[in-house]
Amino acid sequence: MDSAVPPLVEVSGATVRFGAETALSSVDFRMFPGEVHSLMGENGAGKSTLIKALTGALPLDAGEVRLNGVPVRFRSPHDAQQAGIRTVYQEIDLLPNLSVAENIMLGREPRRFGAIDWKRVRSEATVALADLGLDIDPASQLGTHSLAVQQLVAIARALSTEVKVLVLDEPTSSLDLDEVAELFRVIRELKQRGVAILFVSHFLDQVYEICDRITVLRSGSLVGEYKIQELLRIDLVQKMLGRSPGEIATRAPAAPTEKKSQTVLSGAGLTVRPGIANATIELVEGEVLGLAGLLGSGRTELARALTAVDRLDGGTLLVTATGGSPRTPREAIFHRVVYSPENRRTDGIIDRLSVEENIGLALQAQYGVFRRIPRARMRELAASWVEALGIRPADLSRPAGQLSGGNQQKVMLARLLALAPRVLVLDEPTRGIDVGAKVDVQNLVGELADSGLSVVFISAELEEVLRVGHRVAILRDGAIVDTLPSDGLTVDSLLALVAKPDENAE
Amino acid sequence: MTDLKTAATSPLSTVLGALNTFRSRHASWIPVFAAVLILVVMFGFAQWWFGNFLSLRLISALLLDNAYLLILAVGMTFVILTGGIDLSVGSVMAFTGILCASLVSQGVPAGVAVPLMIAAGAAIGLLIGVLVHYFDVQPFIASLVGMFLARGLAFLVSLRSIKVEDEWILALQSTRFKFGDFYITPTGIIALVVVVVGVLLLQFTRFGRTIYAIGGNEQSARLMGLPVVRTKILAYVISGVCAGLAGLVLTAYQGSGYPLNGSGAELDTIAAVVIGGTLLTGGSGYVIGSMIGVFVYGTIAILINFLGAEQSWKRIIVGGLLLVFVVVQRVIVTRSSRRT
Repeated sequence: MDSAVPPLVEVSGATVRFGAETALSSVDFRMFPGEVHSLMGENGAGKSTLIKALTGALPLDAGEVRLNGVPVRFRSPHDAQQAGIRTVYQEIDLLPNLSVAENIMLGREPRRFGAIDWKRVRSEATVALADLGLDIDPASQLGTHSLAVQQLVAIARALSTEVKVLVLDEPTSSLDLDEVAELFRVIRELKQRGVAILFVSHFLDQVYEICDRITVLRSGSLVGEYKIQELLRIDLVQKMLGRSPGEIATRAPAAPTEKKSQTVLSGAGLTVRPGIANATIELVEGEVLGLAGLLGSGRTELARALTAVDRLDGGTLLVTATGGSPRTPREAIFHRVVYSPENRRTDGIIDRLSVEENIGLALQAQYGVFRRIPRARMRELAASWVEALGIRPADLSRPAGQLSGGNQQKVMLARLLALAPRVLVLDEPTRGIDVGAKVDVQNLVGELADSGLSVVFISAELEEVLRVGHRVAILRDGAIVDTLPSDGLTVDSLLALVAKPDENAE
Repeated sequence: MTDLKTAATSPLSTVLGALNTFRSRHASWIPVFAAVLILVVMFGFAQWWFGNFLSLRLISALLLDNAYLLILAVGMTFVILTGGIDLSVGSVMAFTGILCASLVSQGVPAGVAVPLMIAAGAAIGLLIGVLVHYFDVQPFIASLVGMFLARGLAFLVSLRSIKVEDEWILALQSTRFKFGDFYITPTGIIALVVVVVGVLLLQFTRFGRTIYAIGGNEQSARLMGLPVVRTKILAYVISGVCAGLAGLVLTAYQGSGYPLNGSGAELDTIAAVVIGGTLLTGGSGYVIGSMIGVFVYGTIAILINFLGAEQSWKRIIVGGLLLVFVVVQRVIVTRSSRRT
């Protein structure tokens, strides 16, 4: 854009240290009014730290933030909000116990005679929701809505005030295509109004669709600021990773050889109300089976049924190799069928335990309390997984909660792989993690399959499902409608298959 | 989301839709209704068993005998809603009560003694709040500190019961406003005013909504720019003020102050609040619910008197009810988290 317009936000020399570690070192960053800016970088590159410093959630150890050319110092998120900087965080930070309207209006409810005017709270919230094309009951409790709706409510909250700078940290990770389109419409509208928007996403497509300018960070330092037209995707990825393009490319999945094609896990007529009905699935040794379906099609429910996390209401699950039908996760693990849950923060990683303890958890649980794994062996085991999966920082005693999303995912995988599984069910293993870690996970899945493991791979990104899976099972309304080899599919043809019933219904 | 779309169109499902709307809006009232139901069932049973159980006099007695507990329960509701707990209230009530009795017996006018005792309650609440927030002490531990401190202070004031002869304070209990069979004393009025103030604070002020927000998720509340620190500490101060007021009411009710008063009252209070449908994890509950909880608690005591059974049964029944309520709350919480 033209450089005559002064930047709305200017961060210079931003430095943040956590103890001995420097999370952000002397980074310059600027945002212009009416522009969508993207902050790109791998996990641990310092994106979150920079956002937090900008929004008052973290103090800067050095450097300064200028808003409209005036130096400002935010001591709390409240200060930043007063200054017109609103943030929607990646992990939804609303209050499920309160109503949708309250979540939007909390802290600045309209009052009459000193008391909150609930009627106006609701009517103003309805307007804010309508701006986002969201038609839900503002008086309903937030917790009763889906994650996607909650995410949109969080955005509605940010937009319902006089906003100068809007920070969206991975806003689309739980939205479906229509919802993303709606969000983009709103972002474009805000651009017209001269709002500066920071859009952080690991979906490169979306970044290229909506953004005007990109700032790339790597290991806490600035790589550069670029206009989007001047930066090819491959160059962007290379700048983020600091590796050459050749190293980044994923390996093509090798087709499972014929002699291996022996069923290891089969489910017939699997039913778990209300998520899945009469789903039939068969998993062959050494293959990666991708599961594709829309939000609410029963992807997670099927994964949980396959690993006996949820009790079946009907149908049979059979681990062919051992001839067992597990009914609890413990039995499933005994038959070496393991599950990596979608929500790693609440269902997977235990924040306060160290990386080592997190990795050893499942194995020790399998041994039982009376056969304690010697500490030295545990350490060795954990260290070997940290090295094999490239978990960074390679510090075994660091609490797992301090790791970035991608590394937490790797810790989860290490925990499961330590059990020497036969079947690995991965539910959205790459959600919310950056390109580098994503490629790592995808490659790892391929390697595991080559060595004879069977993997069920669930992802909302169809492209990824196609790339990683040998076959793709298409899930609609809780049943598997078809299973096709991924060679013959394109993203578009898969999308058509996945989305079919919706078109009929509407 | 699809649920909402279909529910709106089909006429057959209007009733179901209304029910769904209710559930999506007011799920947190359901435990309160359960408490009301229990109260109604107990009243119904007693009426059928004794024939002459229900009367306006009984309602009056229920309110006046439990006025102090009601006041404590309102304060406790604030604290529990933030996800905390306040174990100090029973001791603080005893301390402020004996302080009041001692002061007036030395000729200090009630107009000075009463504000002083409420300030004492507030100060102990402030101490607990500061410990909880700035020193990151578990509310359980911090309020245990407050509990020992207040009990010790009560013994420091006097080891024996002190009779109150101040007419102003005695008038709080002896003045009776009659409405037919129903009567109420100033202590009862104080308790009801506390309930009304509690409801207004929680439902109609930003402070009150911030209390709920903290109970929902403290970190989120902070990121939303809400004044978490001030609100959290104020919740404990309110509980302390309520304990001070309860000390006044109890002193008037008994006509004396006694340093051993209210041992175990904190647990009765927590029981009443939980029976009244407030989630111990915070973020969900109502002052009205706590009032119902106190009435359930009081009714159990009266019923056992009427039946001529051992008083120990009161504790057993309250314990049983608590068990049921805590389990029901757990089920509600897990079910609602599974739906999302």
